[in-house]
Amino acid sequence: MHPTFAVIFLTTLIGVGQGLFLALFTEQSYSAAKLLPTQESSFYVTGSFIALAFLIGGLIAAIGHLGKPIYMITRAWRGVTQWRTSWLSRELILMPVVMFLVFLYGLVHLLGLDADLFGSSELNGQLTLIIGTVSTAAVFALFIATAMIYASIKFLQEWACALTVANYLLLGSASGFTLASAYAAFTAPELVTFYAGWAMIITFAGFITRSGSLIRNARIKYKSTLQTAIGVRHTKVQQKAMGMMGGSFNTREFFHGKTAAFLKSIKWIFLVLVFPIPLLLLWAGMDGSKALLVLAFATQYVGLLFERWFFFAQANHPQNLYYQTV
Amino acid sequence: MTQLALVIDLNVCVGCHACVTSCKQWNTSGQAGPLFDDNPFTKDPTGTFFNRVQTYEIGEFPNTETLHFPKSCLHCEDAPCVPVCPTGASHKRSEDGIVLVDYDKCIGCKYCSWACPYGMREFDEHQKVMKKCTLCVDRIYDESLPERDRKPACVLACPTSARLFGDVHDPDSEVSVAIRESGGYQLMPEWGTKPANHYLPRRKTKMRIHEDELVRVDNPLKKEDIRHETSKNVSLDDWLM
Ligand code: SF4
Ligand code: SF4
Repeated sequence: MHPTFAVIFLTTLIGVGQGLFLALFTEQSYSAAKLLPTQESSFYVTGSFIALAFLIGGLIAAIGHLGKPIYMITRAWRGVTQWRTSWLSRELILMPVVMFLVFLYGLVHLLGLDADLFGSSELNGQLTLIIGTVSTAAVFALFIATAMIYASIKFLQEWACALTVANYLLLGSASGFTLASAYAAFTAPELVTFYAGWAMIITFAGFITRSGSLIRNARIKYKSTLQTAIGVRHTKVQQKAMGMMGGSFNTREFFHGKTAAFLKSIKWIFLVLVFPIPLLLLWAGMDGSKALLVLAFATQYVGLLFERWFFFAQANHPQNLYYQTV
Repeated sequence: MTQLALVIDLNVCVGCHACVTSCKQWNTSGQAGPLFDDNPFTKDPTGTFFNRVQTYEIGEFPNTETLHFPKSCLHCEDAPCVPVCPTGASHKRSEDGIVLVDYDKCIGCKYCSWACPYGMREFDEHQKVMKKCTLCVDRIYDESLPERDRKPACVLACPTSARLFGDVHDPDSEVSVAIRESGGYQLMPEWGTKPANHYLPRRKTKMRIHEDELVRVDNPLKKEDIRHETSKNVSLDDWLM
């Protein structure tokens, strides 16, 4: 497939936003269970607004993927109507829901609102715990919807796999937790080891699932062949003309247009930038070094841009069987 | 239930592209707006088409055969491009099974084109919406046209009648008979999309003439059919022929 930057930025940015929110709420639930020191509400307020900024950034990137930006206002609302069948529609619904809930979570923390919902006066922040739980569910649902957009197309065999969902979930969360470690280095240094530790665990888990999908895709057996595509039972079939000379949508949208060597180098770049370097920097930054942790996040995010590019470029669409003289 | 479709006879298609140009002509002039082209007369011409004719070579030189392969939306019975559309723009009509895009609802996300394993949808780079074959839905029901013209433009244009049009759910229709009797098949059956359009394979075209066919009553060439009296007189025919 031809990777588009709109989708690359959309998926990576909302991944960071969702992951950062999960990181904030994990901390709050740990502290509610008295496993971590309680934070000032400003920690959650700023944190959730940073997460919101990433989500909004993703939304802006998404506009670039529409035919015309104006469709965002005039037509995109129709995108909520087909949630019964379309994962893209589900994502379109969940995006604003998650954004609203993250905003609400930050706002309730900001206003210091609370209510005694569990009947236990000792537990502070019950209202935000409830909102946070609902938001966490929505964040997970959004991860799944985003990944299922790709995993649900059975013709794109590189994507049609549970590993795609695992990768979106883990890589998004990993970048969010890495950002949380950098954020904590500035605002709550006592949390750095907690966040960096989790970021390393999730990054490592992501490394396993992403390598798993690379290994799987390397030995994929395509269901369709030129023979089934045109229905000719002969071992030697060669395309001579595609029906056009200057290319068409079919030759632009479904080919990355790069060499195999280029593809391979992108693969190694992302494998290095997303996993080992951030792992090392996180480990080195455990003592609270701001520069190292910011660098860890920046490296991982840039690596994820390469990862997403590769994710799209690697997928081989069966329609390419009809366009072999490109 | 009706399922309109095309049956394309690869045995008689000569690859003349008449269906491509007539399709473009009809569909670029319709109510739905033009099918745009870029650089139509210069280097690297490109544009939106509903129908293309491709050419394949089968076998190894010198024992090769050329296959011309017209390619347009197959109006799949289980169309995977429909459920994925977030806006409902991509839909399959229940009354006749035609798969259509509502250009006023489409947001141009291109997701449906990813979900079509055949690459039959083409994005219009100017109108910024997804386009595809409509089976000339604006023509086949047009009662202002004489009945014999109420067929897709490509079907009418084909000089070799390689394209048949009809209801594949009606077992007695021309298309169903052709599929049944001439080995009609579907493209990429492995995906379970159940394309409504079928293709008829190439076959050996041979003609064996039996003796009795030469003397058959309706054979205009038989020697018994002496149209003019064998007269010695010179007639006008002798001068003309
Ligand atoms: S051929 Fe492609 S565009 Fe046409 S109905 Fe089938 S899946 Fe949809
Ligand atoms: S490009 Fe248009 S028709 Fe296709 S899925 Fe998107 S909104 Fe639907």
